[in-house]
Amino acid sequence: MSEGIVYWLQQVLNALQLGSIYALIALGYTMVYGILTMINFAHGDVFMVGAFFCFLAAVYLGLPFVPTLLLTMLGAALLGVMIERLAYKPLRHAPRVSAIITALGVGIFLENFTLALAPYPKNIPMLLENVTWNLGGVSLSSLQLIIILLSLGLMFLLDFVVHRTPVGMAMRAISWDKTFVPLMGVPVDLIISITFAIGAGLAGAAGTMYGLAYPVIDPYMGIMVGWKAFISAVVGGIGNIRGAMIGAYILGGVEIMVAAFLPSTYRDFVAFTLLLLLLIVRPYGILGSPRIQKV
Amino acid sequence: MSNGTSGFEEILLEVRDLVVVYDGIRALQGVSFTVLKGEIVTLIGANGAGKTSILRAISGLVPYQGAILFEERDLKRVPAHRIVGLGIAQVPEGRGIFGSLTVLENLRLATWQRADKGELEADYDRVFQIFPRLRERQHQAGGTLSGGEQQMLAVARALMSRGRLMLLDEPSMGLSPRLVQDIFRVIEEINRTGVTILLVEQNANMALRIASRAYVLETGSVMLSGTGRELLGDPRVKEAYLGA
Repeated sequence: MSEGIVYWLQQVLNALQLGSIYALIALGYTMVYGILTMINFAHGDVFMVGAFFCFLAAVYLGLPFVPTLLLTMLGAALLGVMIERLAYKPLRHAPRVSAIITALGVGIFLENFTLALAPYPKNIPMLLENVTWNLGGVSLSSLQLIIILLSLGLMFLLDFVVHRTPVGMAMRAISWDKTFVPLMGVPVDLIISITFAIGAGLAGAAGTMYGLAYPVIDPYMGIMVGWKAFISAVVGGIGNIRGAMIGAYILGGVEIMVAAFLPSTYRDFVAFTLLLLLLIVRPYGILGSPRIQKV
Repeated sequence: MSNGTSGFEEILLEVRDLVVVYDGIRALQGVSFTVLKGEIVTLIGANGAGKTSILRAISGLVPYQGAILFEERDLKRVPAHRIVGLGIAQVPEGRGIFGSLTVLENLRLATWQRADKGELEADYDRVFQIFPRLRERQHQAGGTLSGGEQQMLAVARALMSRGRLMLLDEPSMGLSPRLVQDIFRVIEEINRTGVTILLVEQNANMALRIASRAYVLETGSVMLSGTGRELLGDPRVKEAYLGA
C-alpha cells in the first residue's frame, strides 16, 4: 500500500477509537434528553468518576479487566440513579433552568469531591496485554480493537433494548409524551431510573476504556470529553440514539483528521467550526427533527 | 326508569366530594356521583366545567381532595400506573397515541400491568376484529394514522388492558359525524360485553342517547342528573347543551 493510504487508514482507526468513546458518553446525554428534555451537564463528570472507579477496582481490588469493567459500569449506573433521585427528581416540575443549574452544580460537586479524595492525577495500570499487529503498514493495537468492538457491542445492545424490549418501548413512549404513560400501567419513575442507569453505565464503560487508552486520570478529565460528547449528541440530533452514535464518529473523525493534516493546535478550532456550520444547515442535527405536535 | 335510576344496582365507582385544584384555581369544587356496574354514565358540560379533571383524578394523574372508591377500594394512595391494573382504563383527551411507536407497540404497552401475557395474541385478534383498519396498519407508526384511526387505536389500547371500567374523554373530538357514529356504536358494543363506561362528552346529544344515566357539570359542580332520556327532554339541558 502507498504511504498515503496507510497514513489515512491509520487515522481512520484512531478516529474509530476516539469516536467510540465519545459515542458511549453521547448516548447518556441523548437518552436523558429524550426522556426528560433535560441536558444532564453532570454526565461528563460521571464518565470521570467511572475512570476513578476503574482505578479503584484495578489498583485496590486488584481485579482483571472484565470484572473491573463490569464493576465500573455498575458503580457508574448506581451513581447516575442516585444523582437523578436526589438532585433532579425533586425539580422535575420546576423551571427547566433550575434543573440545568442543578446539573452543573452536581458536576462541580463530583469534580471537587473527587479532587478532595485524589488531589494528584492517578495512573491506571495496564489491565490488558497490549499486542500491536502490523497490517500492511497500518498498526492496530489489541487495546484499540477492544475499545472499538466493545463500544460497538454495547451500542448494538442498547439499540436492541430501546427498539425490541418492553422497557425500550416505555422509554420511547415517555420520550414522545409522558403525560399519559401512567395510563398504560407503566411506572414512569422506574423507567427514568433505568434510563439514567443505562446512560451512566455506558459512561462508566467509556471511563474504563479511556483510562486504558490514556492512563493518567484526573478529576477534570470529564469536562472537555463531556462537552465533546454533548456536542456529538447535538450534531446527531439530541434525543436520537442512532444520531448520537453518528455524531460521535463524525466528531472523532474530524478531530483526528484535522490533527493529522493540520497543525495540532488547529484541532478544536477547525472541528468546532465545522460542527457549527453543520448545525446552521441542519439546526436539529443529522437525524433530529422538529416535533410536530398532533392533537 | 323514570325515577332517575337505570335499573343497575351494584356500585362500581363512587366519587365523593371531589376537589381538584390547579395552580390555586379550583377546577372541581366538591363533585359527587356514582357509576353502577354495567352502566354507560356520561358527564356533560361546557369547556372548563371540570370534566377532564374528574377523569384525571380517577386515573391518579392529578392530586385531589375527597374520595374515589373503585369496587369499594379507596384509590387515594394507589399510584397512577397501578390504577389501570385494578381495572380502570382511560381513553384520554386528544387520544394520547405514542406517535413514534407502532400500532402494535401502542397496544402492547397498555398490557404492562397484565399478568396473563399468554393471552395477548387472542386479545390483539379481538381488537382487530372490532377495528379491522388497525390490523392493516399494525406495523405503522401511530403518528401516521388519521384522527379517526388514532381514536380507534386509543379505544383498542384501553381494551387491551382488560379494564372493567373504561373512561373516555371526548372521543368524538375532531371527528367527522360519520366517524362519531362509528365510535359511539363501538362504545355501546364494548358496554354490551360487560365493560362499564364513564363517558365525558361535549357532544351532549350523542352522549345522552347512549347513556344509562348522566350528570351535567357546570363550573366544577354537578348541576343536574338523571337518566339519559330524562336529560334529553329537560328544557335546561336542551337550551344549554342541545342547541334547541
